[in-house]
Amino acid sequence: MRSIAALAGGLIFGLGLAISQMVNPQKVLGFLDFTGDWDPSLVFVLGGAVVVAFIAFRLVLKRDTPVFGARFSLPDKTRIDGPLIIGAVLFGVGWGLVGLCPGPAIAALAYGMEESVWFVAALLAGLGIARRLN
Amino acid sequence: MENFTPVSALIGGALIGISAGFLLWLNGRIAGISGITGGLLSPGKGEIGWRALFLLGLVGGVAIYRLAGGGLQSIEITGSVPILLIGGLLVGLGTGIGDDCTSGHGVCGIARLSPRSIVATLVFLGLAAGTVFVTRHVMG
Repeated sequence: MRSIAALAGGLIFGLGLAISQMVNPQKVLGFLDFTGDWDPSLVFVLGGAVVVAFIAFRLVLKRDTPVFGARFSLPDKTRIDGPLIIGAVLFGVGWGLVGLCPGPAIAALAYGMEESVWFVAALLAGLGIARRLN
Repeated sequence: MENFTPVSALIGGALIGISAGFLLWLNGRIAGISGITGGLLSPGKGEIGWRALFLLGLVGGVAIYRLAGGGLQSIEITGSVPILLIGGLLVGLGTGIGDDCTSGHGVCGIARLSPRSIVATLVFLGLAAGTVFVTRHVMG
């Protein structure tokens, strides 16, 4: 059941990225380009997602355990530390260079473009290096 | 603002929020794509299947949208191979070191009102916008 739930969750997420067009890096770059022909759509995507998730999380966390698991796996770090900031800086530069963050980068593989494969391969390499550093 | 699409942005965003709520409700997990992907690289017991299936669903959701005749039938990824590789590497490295990305910090973390996630989101959004300013308006 956990597997089916994960697959369904991924499908809904992917559908959301496609409908909101966030899977298209040009749409994301249009938002990030504040001094160009600015497209505020990303704020609405993020805002819509945060509001729904905020309500959903409040309801879900009234339970003691998830439906198919022993416990909720929530991040336990609370400090704003060096790795958080350095990581966000590196990520921001990479995101701005191509317009792809991890979700859309993987979801965009559905378009079968060579560019996607290069990007995701490097993304996996970067995640691998980060795991060795951590 | 001729490309502004507020309605589809809100609908798509709501679906992403529903997905995050769904994954927490059923499996007790946070829908941070970088974290889900990174966990596949050195997985513990019982950690491969659900992660791989979530990512498969992510690609599948877009594939279904295309097959169903969704409006976005093609996308445009610009950049030479070296830029794509550098960009991908920085995104992987940064989200790996900083414990997640736009979905993990930007959606799930802010929805949990986590100060760490709010700071991370402001930093990566700022740097991304700064990078686009430099590549499009200073160098471009």
